[in-house]
Amino acid sequence: MTTVALKPATMAQALGRALRDAMADDPTVHVMGEDVGTLGGVFRVTDGLAKEFGEDRVTDTPLAEAGILGTAVGMAMYGLRPVVEMQFDAFAYPAFEQLISHVARMRNRTRGAMPLPITVRVPYGGGIGGVEHHSDSSEAYYIATPGLHVVTPATVADAYGLLRAAIASDDPVVFLEPKRLYWSKDTWNPDEPQTVDPIGRAAVRRHGRSATLITYGPSVPVCMEAAEAARAEGWDLEVVDLRSLVPFDDETVSASVRRTGRAVVVHESGGFGGPGGEIAARVTERCFHYLEAPVLRVAGFDIPYPPPMLERHHLPGVDRILDAVARLQWEAQS
Amino acid sequence: MTVMEQRGAYRPTPPPAWQPRTDPAPLLPDALPHRVLGTEAAERVDPELLRRLYAELVRGRRYNAQATALTKQGRLAVYPSSTGQEACEVAAALVLEERDWLFPSYRDTLAAVARGLDPVQALTLLRGDWHTGYDPREHRIAPLCTPLATQLPHAVGLAHAAHLKGDDVVALALVGDGGTSEGDFHEALNFAAVWRAPVVFLVQNNGFAISVPLDKQTAAPSLAHKAVGYGMPGRLVDGNDAAAVYEVLSDAIAHARAGGGPTLVEAVTYRMEAHTNADDDKRYRGDSEVEAWRAHDPIALLERELTERGLLDEAGTRAAREAAEAMAADLRERMNQDPALDPMDLFAHVYAQPTTQLLEQEAQLRAELDAEAHHHEHENEHESEGTAR
Repeated sequence: MTTVALKPATMAQALGRALRDAMADDPTVHVMGEDVGTLGGVFRVTDGLAKEFGEDRVTDTPLAEAGILGTAVGMAMYGLRPVVEMQFDAFAYPAFEQLISHVARMRNRTRGAMPLPITVRVPYGGGIGGVEHHSDSSEAYYIATPGLHVVTPATVADAYGLLRAAIASDDPVVFLEPKRLYWSKDTWNPDEPQTVDPIGRAAVRRHGRSATLITYGPSVPVCMEAAEAARAEGWDLEVVDLRSLVPFDDETVSASVRRTGRAVVVHESGGFGGPGGEIAARVTERCFHYLEAPVLRVAGFDIPYPPPMLERHHLPGVDRILDAVARLQWEAQS
Repeated sequence: MTVMEQRGAYRPTPPPAWQPRTDPAPLLPDALPHRVLGTEAAERVDPELLRRLYAELVRGRRYNAQATALTKQGRLAVYPSSTGQEACEVAAALVLEERDWLFPSYRDTLAAVARGLDPVQALTLLRGDWHTGYDPREHRIAPLCTPLATQLPHAVGLAHAAHLKGDDVVALALVGDGGTSEGDFHEALNFAAVWRAPVVFLVQNNGFAISVPLDKQTAAPSLAHKAVGYGMPGRLVDGNDAAAVYEVLSDAIAHARAGGGPTLVEAVTYRMEAHTNADDDKRYRGDSEVEAWRAHDPIALLERELTERGLLDEAGTRAAREAAEAMAADLRERMNQDPALDPMDLFAHVYAQPTTQLLEQEAQLRAELDAEAHHHEHENEHESEGTAR
């Protein structure tokens, strides 16, 4: 029996490794964005790629997000597989027109003749003490756009696996990277990395019988912590990590809620018009007769992203999650 | 040492990071739009090319008229005419090699048709049975682009990708004067120049962005001058002189092929019709302006050149008109047939593999269609029963 040496790695390292392996496997994969070359990206995700693959394949572009994504469209039209980095969530907005009017619908408008295999990497979410315009939860904008896949990893292994799957996908993928998990460490075997296939399957991170926490990206570790803390209250919580917002894994989510009979959706994005509303509706439509209580949401407040010294009040934390769990009509059980 | 003595010793130097970059002088456009027809330069142009341009201009004018007529018959949802701009449309199409790519805007169906695309396929977007009626890769014509200037970065990216691959491919991107105000115009030109991408931008300055005239659009000396700020050459050409547009584009494309990078070409022309059939141009421009441009008609300019030099006789004119009529008749006939529509196509190309959510919605629409068909069947049965009685 051989023992595999599992080493701790950060999510940023796993993402970099995914880019490296994808570029090595497929010469049509190109990485482009602001500071991705010489510097290795402001989060160092692309560190070393320019040296290994050259500036033609790892390109420091002019500072213009619509231009970055717009030229990536043309490159994909010619048969390349661009991986575009948007430096921060709130800096991606200039690229919205290209994303919505072209990237998301090129396959459809050409009756399948010209799909665009583009991966758009977007560091997103709060928790790193970023000043204004560095911490937006922008996922609701992306999931409202048909034609895009929207995925977000919560573990080191998924960061690698989902990014490989995103780059391999013939459809455009918005790849949301939780900034505050970039430096999260996990034991991971970089010699036998696994791709996640297919995109669109949720993972049950913790099995439990009392209620289901449905979450994704940066809120997954928070929910895991909440589930541990809930044991003291006598609740055995299940945690479902969606991994992919589009496509949405109704099957895994519904199966979990049918088992537990209670559900709370947790995300940093604002509640009004956020993914939680859609998720709560889907769960209710599919699990109504199994539900012991209304599906609740724990979300960021419906406010512009707060300044760093106040952001902890905005982000869903363990206490707010447990408060919601406490409101799941347990009294009806006895 | 006095202050004055110190000043005397001081030698001003530029800031440390500064160094001279591109010399702007060779990038500047000519003072007047370049002309070929009616000048000595016309005699150097291959007569065969002039005759070909003429035939295509005549066909293009007829195509514009036919497409406009189809809107009145309800066969097109809308048609943005390029009447008056045929020289630009035709020259842009003829100047490209087969391997090159054309990036048209919504007003450029004629350029696509002049390149050889079936007019029915070119008009699919404007008929409304689908968005793009052709395979862009088969024809090397990007989808007709409605959001202004957003196709320009695509042209840059495609040209850049071709260049990286070592392919001898040039992209020609079409945009209007209004489009030059968009951010994507700026970003595309900047990327193109930085990457020295083999791409040519043709701005058809037709005087109006729907109703807004150029002086409300820009304070630039000319649109061609904008090139200088990006470090690429700007060229100004008479957009109604087909031979001049062809020559300027041809030079720009050769420059791009040779690794010289992008060029911005401004063709000064005029939109003879309203913005679309749904627009009323009487609200923003006078007849005298339109009449002045009518005297500068692209077909008339070329016809005069050809006739004066004995390159075109009545038979030649007639042949061109007849070919145009044949095209129009064929287009009319085919556009008068209802397009085949399959509502299930709505779900067919959203993703490579439909999501479970889309499969559910597809099933819902299928059930609605079945119920509709069943209902009609039922009604027909009743009707035939009634007739029997």
